[in-house]
Amino acid sequence: MTEYNFAYLDEQTKRMIRRAILKGLAVPGYQVPFASREMPMPYGWGTGGVQVSAATLVPEDRFKVIDQGADDTTNAVSIRKFFERTAGVETTEHTAEASVIQTRHRIPETPLSEDQILVYQVPIPEPLRFLEPRETETRKMHSLEEYGLMHVKLYEDISQHGAIATSYAYPVKVEGRYVMDPSPIPKFDNPKLSDCPAIQLFGAGREQRIYALPPYTRVVSLDFEDYPFEASKADHACDLCGAGDSYLDEVITDDQGGRIFVCSDTDYCRGRREAGHVGTQAQDAPMMTEARA
Amino acid sequence: MQAEALDGGFADGPIDAARAFRAAMSAMARPGRIERLAGAAPPAPLSRAAGALILTLCDPETPVHLAGAHDAAALRDWITFHTGAPLVGAEDAMFAIGDWDALQPLDAYRVGTSDYPDRAATLIVEMPALAAQGARLTGPGIKESAHLSLPETAAFRRNAAQFPLGLDFFLTCGDQVAALPRSTCVEDI
Repeated sequence: MTEYNFAYLDEQTKRMIRRAILKGLAVPGYQVPFASREMPMPYGWGTGGVQVSAATLVPEDRFKVIDQGADDTTNAVSIRKFFERTAGVETTEHTAEASVIQTRHRIPETPLSEDQILVYQVPIPEPLRFLEPRETETRKMHSLEEYGLMHVKLYEDISQHGAIATSYAYPVKVEGRYVMDPSPIPKFDNPKLSDCPAIQLFGAGREQRIYALPPYTRVVSLDFEDYPFEASKADHACDLCGAGDSYLDEVITDDQGGRIFVCSDTDYCRGRREAGHVGTQAQDAPMMTEARA
Repeated sequence: MQAEALDGGFADGPIDAARAFRAAMSAMARPGRIERLAGAAPPAPLSRAAGALILTLCDPETPVHLAGAHDAAALRDWITFHTGAPLVGAEDAMFAIGDWDALQPLDAYRVGTSDYPDRAATLIVEMPALAAQGARLTGPGIKESAHLSLPETAAFRRNAAQFPLGLDFFLTCGDQVAALPRSTCVEDI
């Protein structure tokens, strides 16, 4: 037996996931329970995202996978290969060319279009989980719209650190109703969640939850009037492509304290360098590219 | 069971279902948008689009309610053979199929619970025609506003008022499908 069913999963499983996706789209931000399957990869490697992608893909799709913005890390490469083999889809590293993008912890810098679907890998879908460990209680809190605890948490941030210290997985409120965990994307990416032309699907494999944001859904990051939400990033430009508007990774370059800042979105950075943009460390660029390949 | 119940399924199950789901998802994510849904050839009176929805979404885990003229022997056999879905009354249904009048009253269907609003029925409404005009739709999935020819608006407004509980609708005609989730706000124009 060398053939897989289209996109690996059996049809009954895909129907179950598809029904969950439709209910997720009908109630934006609500976490729909689903019977997550064992996948040929460990929990924490994107089993939720992979199952949502498997239920969503069609043979005509062009599929892109990013892991913290990068197309060339182990997780991204293996998930891309998985669907090349099991669904026979074309793959790409270019954001603009992809019809389905599976992502771990980033939203691409290139704005998404109406024809695209963004699938998030989610480790802990419940935004209240670290505040209240009991599922029965958090479910009640969502049903009663009782989100005071989350505001207390953000307030404690301010009282201890002088500012809201939550920097990733920053909680959002969807269409004024459900508080949702946007997955551990940096809060820099939070504004891109709202009014996005693409369909956004979230899959948590171990926690067995699917949720969704239809296009143009209003998504607001929680904050206070006197401590408004701020999308923050390293105060620096990309050392390879010079971009001042992209989210940056800090990379240690030697054991002398040397470091550079580079775009976390590798496709965005490469696109800018190909278009002739140059950062301060650009002479190192070819070496960097080689080392990462 | 007549032999014709065995025909009219997807020619290539996994691929046809994947394409049908993408059309259904695109419709549900963008209320009011009319998508094309093909691949199924169900017996009358079921439309091709509704047939494809059933083949894509229904299986032995999803009780189906056939309302009015859709509760016909040929269609019962077709659904049973192709999906294995149990046929039930409105109050137990996860999916219900029929024309608008036959599906009434809407309060017979499950709208979910406050803990589990996803445990709500999906109604597939067979329409004589489907066009992007008529009632004004706003809400998640819609950039500014959309228009869709609905059988009426009051029932959909009552449904949306229950959010996050409520029913979700697919509207089908021939090989066209549009959707109206509970999150959509419906107004007369």
